[in-house]
Amino acid sequence: MTAKPNFEIPVELERYELREAPPYRFETDRREFFKYLGAGVLILCAAKAASGAQESGGGRRHSGEAPPQEISAWLHVGEDGSVTVFTGKVEVGQNIRTSLTQAVAEELHVAVDKIQMVMGDTQLTPYDRGTFGSLSTPVMNLQLRRAAAAACDVFINLAAAQWQVDRTQLVAADGRVTDKATRKSVEYAALVKGQQLTETLPAEDPLAPATEWTVAGKSLPKVDGRDFVTGKHQYPSDQKIPDMLYGKVVRPSAFNATLVSVDTHAAERIPGVTVVHDGNFIGVAAPSATAARTAAAAIRAEWKSDPQPSNKELFEYLKKNAVPRDAEGDHGDPMPYHSGSIETAMKSADHRLQQTYTVAYIAHCPLEPRAALAQWNGDRLTVWTGTQRPFGVRTELASAFHISEDQVRVLMPDMGSGYGGKHTGETAIEAARLARAAKRPVKVTWTREEEFTWAYFRPAGVIEITSGMSADGTVTAWEYHNYNSGTAGIRTYYDIANQKIEFHPSRSPLRQGSYRGLAATANHFARESHMDELAHMAGRDPLEFRLHNLKDERLKAVFKAAAQKFEWGRAKAAPGQGFGIAGGFDKGGYIATCAEVSVDHASGDVKVTRIVAAFECGAIVNPDGLRNQVVGANIMGLGGALFEAIDFENGQILNGRFSKYRLPRFSDIPPIEAVLLDRKDLPSAGAGESPIEGLAPAIGNGIFDASGVRLRSMPLVPNGLKTT
Amino acid sequence: MATITQLNVNGTSRSISADSQESLLFVLRDQLGLTGSKYGCGEGQCGACTVLIDGTARRSCITRMGTVGDKNITTIEGLAIGERLHPLQQAFLDEAAMQCAYCTSGMIMSAASLLNENASPSESEISHFMEGNVCRCGTHPRIVAAIQKASKMQKGAGQ
Repeated sequence: MTAKPNFEIPVELERYELREAPPYRFETDRREFFKYLGAGVLILCAAKAASGAQESGGGRRHSGEAPPQEISAWLHVGEDGSVTVFTGKVEVGQNIRTSLTQAVAEELHVAVDKIQMVMGDTQLTPYDRGTFGSLSTPVMNLQLRRAAAAACDVFINLAAAQWQVDRTQLVAADGRVTDKATRKSVEYAALVKGQQLTETLPAEDPLAPATEWTVAGKSLPKVDGRDFVTGKHQYPSDQKIPDMLYGKVVRPSAFNATLVSVDTHAAERIPGVTVVHDGNFIGVAAPSATAARTAAAAIRAEWKSDPQPSNKELFEYLKKNAVPRDAEGDHGDPMPYHSGSIETAMKSADHRLQQTYTVAYIAHCPLEPRAALAQWNGDRLTVWTGTQRPFGVRTELASAFHISEDQVRVLMPDMGSGYGGKHTGETAIEAARLARAAKRPVKVTWTREEEFTWAYFRPAGVIEITSGMSADGTVTAWEYHNYNSGTAGIRTYYDIANQKIEFHPSRSPLRQGSYRGLAATANHFARESHMDELAHMAGRDPLEFRLHNLKDERLKAVFKAAAQKFEWGRAKAAPGQGFGIAGGFDKGGYIATCAEVSVDHASGDVKVTRIVAAFECGAIVNPDGLRNQVVGANIMGLGGALFEAIDFENGQILNGRFSKYRLPRFSDIPPIEAVLLDRKDLPSAGAGESPIEGLAPAIGNGIFDASGVRLRSMPLVPNGLKTT
Repeated sequence: MATITQLNVNGTSRSISADSQESLLFVLRDQLGLTGSKYGCGEGQCGACTVLIDGTARRSCITRMGTVGDKNITTIEGLAIGERLHPLQQAFLDEAAMQCAYCTSGMIMSAASLLNENASPSESEISHFMEGNVCRCGTHPRIVAAIQKASKMQKGAGQ
């Protein structure tokens, strides 16, 4: 394991996460299922060829061959009536275990407590690219509903055959099929006794429209909530198996450091300790966590590193080190984006504005740091770990240990959150390397400092906007350059005739990767701050100015809904109060956020005193779960908006502890009202990310309204507001 | 260094082997299998490891074994009475006051300490007391609501 220079996880959904899947995925042997699950009905869900490719591969194929049957999920109803659903999606706190259970209950007509979800186990569940990009609801929810509806059909057909009646007089409810005419009724379980029925779902199947949902569309408490309030749930870091050792890795002194010398003798002399020194990797395994720490501390390692940039010159550095996009290869981004002529529009504009916005690196800080437990059985490897991409981690492990993916099983116990920060498998590799040397299972759990240092960050970025506007407040020119932060949400949804939008990758001094909302938070911050500046320049109300420049009706609807709830336009109640609005669209979700802020001019204290977030993501599957996501995204967003930033210098993180890195806490949280627009006529989109995106610009715009000070850097007020 | 061999946890005396400098959290988790108490930061800043020591909330990650002696420790595993959940546990479920829930046991243990001190805390008293507990998923408003609900449940039960 070596620290590579500019070790980077490419940033965006379209740049990184949707890479090609293996060209073949062979049909699964159905007998295996029944061997594992017992008799019953098995529904295999074929992945959708086109849009399903996003989730399940389906990249390039060799022409002239029949496409292999790709299975994205499966569902089994056993002889005892139990329902088991298998999906590669994982539960990270977004409550997908519950909302997928609801979807199945809805279509299969069984009680929620009869359904067991098996998630993110690479041996048992179908291949899945990972849980990110707000795709679980629009894709997996739909597929499982189709599978459940198909299973229900099988039961109705079985009953119709058994009773020799027309299937149209039969209804399914509560795990039974009932004859409406005779009231005769039979349990699903009885219908499948001793049978091994399989069905593979074809393309589209008719489904219950959202207006007819009875279980889905309503709030349902977390299905296994009791395990969480009693401490019974076993997170990845809680896993323990017999004979297990505790692992600890000796870290380099800085990023990109190389090992000069190492002395492991003292550690090796400690009874029960295994020391591994393999390339740049140094680690120990010991019978207890304390012994592992002691042994790691006994290792003398000398590292060498070159001077590296610090956060002080970061933005300059990112601009100077921009790399040409061509050299980077095509990630499928439709960039640069051009329409009309910027030059002509700028010349004829009545108002012109040029501004630069910046966004700092921030850390995900999942409350559970990375953890993995690895066990070898001969040349077969099993790893329990917290990740949003169990199949991706399987690939990483197979490649690290030069074994085939078939020899690796990755299991993902529901984990202590990720927010886009747990896509990688470094802890799994560390545990597996130590376990191979120790010839016993090894668990590695990262400390908070390790999580802050050796995971990855949300990319920092510099965004430059040049705009032109006519006297009536119509934006006519929009030139936009984003350095390093990424392409998610980069396109403007305002109706602007002349546009040039470009992304410039850069040599990131820190390891960077996904984060809740990806670059859309930075892009929304820059765009919505700039629009606010234009509104003030034109002397128009910021809300009215936005509506004037917008055509998208769904976006207009959330702006209006947020403004109405917030009572936008009301007079200020006190000096130092300010109101800000911002909104946008990303990953199928429409968000508009109003923030009320209070600025104390004497002390520079800035407090967010009220947030109203209006959100629309099509038909709502679980209103309470959605509300939790929308409110939660705004609370998380408060940190990045107001005070979170990574300080670094010479390849070291300077504030990588909770005592030095400020997170939103109870006293920071204002009343937050979520206004949910339920569009039952539209497909459901995910909601884990986009609700975070309106907050920072809404607060920045509110601070301007309160103080006349325009802030163009995220975080906005890490040290309070200087008004003089 | 003196080896500590016994710990009172959840009403039972348990055999352990730890030196006095060791952190209570890791003894609970690694030696006694009480993994409901979580590691979040190791410096008492996030509250995920909160337990009650003689009824008062303590950050077990920075509590040295040598300071525990024969005091009574209550962890999340010891809060319910048989199958009957503690009012706080029930209220957290009722209010869906969790997302990833990694902070939940620490939240509940801190709140238990608060309710021991103050049976009907106001919203701002709750917020002030819970300041040391981090929820990264942003479930704070529901946690406050759950604590208020539990406070009412306890009073209802006491009457």
